[in-house]
Amino acid sequence: MDVSSWDGTLSPHEFSIAARTLAHEWKRFNPAFPPWTWVPSQNRLGLASHNVCYLVDGYLTLEKLCIHGGPSEIHMPSQEEKVYEEIYTEKEELSDNATLVESNSCELHFYDFHIVYSAAYRVPVLYFRVYSIDGQPLVLDELKDLPACSEKLLLESKWTFITQEEHPHLNRPWYMLHPCGTSEWMKLLFSSDASLAKKGVVVELYLVSWLSVVGQVVGLTIPFELLNCLKSSLLSCCKQDAG
Amino acid sequence: MNMEALKYVWEGSIPLQIHIHESEVTTVPAPPPALILAPRIGYLPLLASRIKPYFSGTLPPGVDTIWFEYNGLPLKWYIPTGVLFDLLCAQPERPWNLTVHFRGYPGNILIPCEGEDSVKWSFINSLKEASYIISGNCKNVMNMSQPDQEELWRSVLNGNLDGYLRVSSKLKLGIIGDQHIAASHLNSLKSWQSIGETDTTGQVKTGRVPVRLYVWCVGEDFDDFEDAPHIDAWEKISYINQPVEIQGEGTLSYLEHPSSRSKCFTLGDALKFLLPEYFRENSLIDEESSEAKGENEQKGSSEDAGGNVRDKDGEGLCENENSFQSVEAEIKLVRIQGIEPKLEIPFSWVVSNLINPEHFLHICVCVKVPQLTPYAM
Repeated sequence: MDVSSWDGTLSPHEFSIAARTLAHEWKRFNPAFPPWTWVPSQNRLGLASHNVCYLVDGYLTLEKLCIHGGPSEIHMPSQEEKVYEEIYTEKEELSDNATLVESNSCELHFYDFHIVYSAAYRVPVLYFRVYSIDGQPLVLDELKDLPACSEKLLLESKWTFITQEEHPHLNRPWYMLHPCGTSEWMKLLFSSDASLAKKGVVVELYLVSWLSVVGQVVGLTIPFELLNCLKSSLLSCCKQDAG
Repeated sequence: MNMEALKYVWEGSIPLQIHIHESEVTTVPAPPPALILAPRIGYLPLLASRIKPYFSGTLPPGVDTIWFEYNGLPLKWYIPTGVLFDLLCAQPERPWNLTVHFRGYPGNILIPCEGEDSVKWSFINSLKEASYIISGNCKNVMNMSQPDQEELWRSVLNGNLDGYLRVSSKLKLGIIGDQHIAASHLNSLKSWQSIGETDTTGQVKTGRVPVRLYVWCVGEDFDDFEDAPHIDAWEKISYINQPVEIQGEGTLSYLEHPSSRSKCFTLGDALKFLLPEYFRENSLIDEESSEAKGENEQKGSSEDAGGNVRDKDGEGLCENENSFQSVEAEIKLVRIQGIEPKLEIPFSWVVSNLINPEHFLHICVCVKVPQLTPYAM
């Protein structure tokens, strides 16, 4: 599909394709991290289902990721960095490392991240929860884990940035990053990259690109090489197809 | 626009009898229960200002965080009160006996509630979601002026339908209906004429309808909802938050509708779309029953829409049962705004008349699910 006529959204099927790509590439480039795992959703009504749509109905999880001492070093590919700044930071005040609070080094925080497809917005949505080493859930505003710009936004946009919502598959309160602008900036992300824009919408790249932006909100970074290698391999693959 | 049904929805309320939990009573005798009328379209925490003075004298020292339970089930405050009642009280109980708590908020089950602000933003975020579904973006909601946003919320709080329509019309979220579908109502069901016309009066046309579907699965059969098991855990409810895509004629023939009369997209079609697992080859709407009912339905619906006048619960139900037999499961009940609409009703009518103010249609469904067959394991 042509990027200019694309609305920045995914179908459920495309989501499952993009999810598999993310999980695969993540394992390849981040072998030391916990993996992204595809969890097929429980058959919602306990019925035998022969319907194709259930094969793609599920979500991605990355659990027990230990984050300590503030956000990890951020390596951002330039385009993602720009888009990120545009969306999540005030123009005059970029992330200022000097203001980062040193959290107690002995205090480990564990994060569970889930990427769930929203049928309403037709985009992926990031859900997460934080807990201490003894499994005790932690409240986000009491933590100093988040990058400074997220902390700031959390105060300014208390109700529209990150809030606790019911996890669509687990029916329990989880933190959720609000998805209402996602399709718009995904379109921006794809159309502002010349090589991508030329090739049309490459579905396999969607979740990786998306996570390279939203991951920064919670200090989860995607290795630069992952995005770059995937991009070039997908693009050359398209080129061969075209040729 | 024909507002009769919408007015009933807005004026509908549930009589509540609210007991304070015994663990929070420090006085003898314990205060008697409070009787209060709760608007269907409202949310339980919004009753706090009326309930709290009543019980404040008996509370132990501490910080108040209000929450409610019914038969041991903590009630999700972000679901409209009328929907909770329809869902959890299959056999309507009046007054509805709820227990209020001011301590010990079950934060592992319910998302936190910081009073009216939480409720308001939950409402606005739902409105944004609905707007996105209908028009592909939520700018109209996000760019609302501060006074408009406030007025919209006040109108919901106070049940002021006129005020609500004045502001919400600026959002251009006129739900539903595809001219073609509206027109086909005119041809197929004469009694829907006025509604068909309503739908074609310059509102935004759309194929996607915001729906929140609550499916209560029961294992064993029962003849009467009085004998139905209590819902004691949210796990027994499947919550499906998925827009309904209204489909034209072509898609309906795919669904193997045998008669041309049913070309109009019905409530039954919407349920088929949301719950495809119930509607395989053998599960077709009983076409005969859709005949010659139009007039009664419209009358019945608007009469019952208030929720206070729902006294013939069994009636529509029996027909639904017969018409939605499937090998695997059986839909025992479909309830929207306290009424049990016939499944042959055009979906566009259901949406325009029975939606909640955040532009979502909340549908409660009770399904009898047989035990899993061995091949399913």
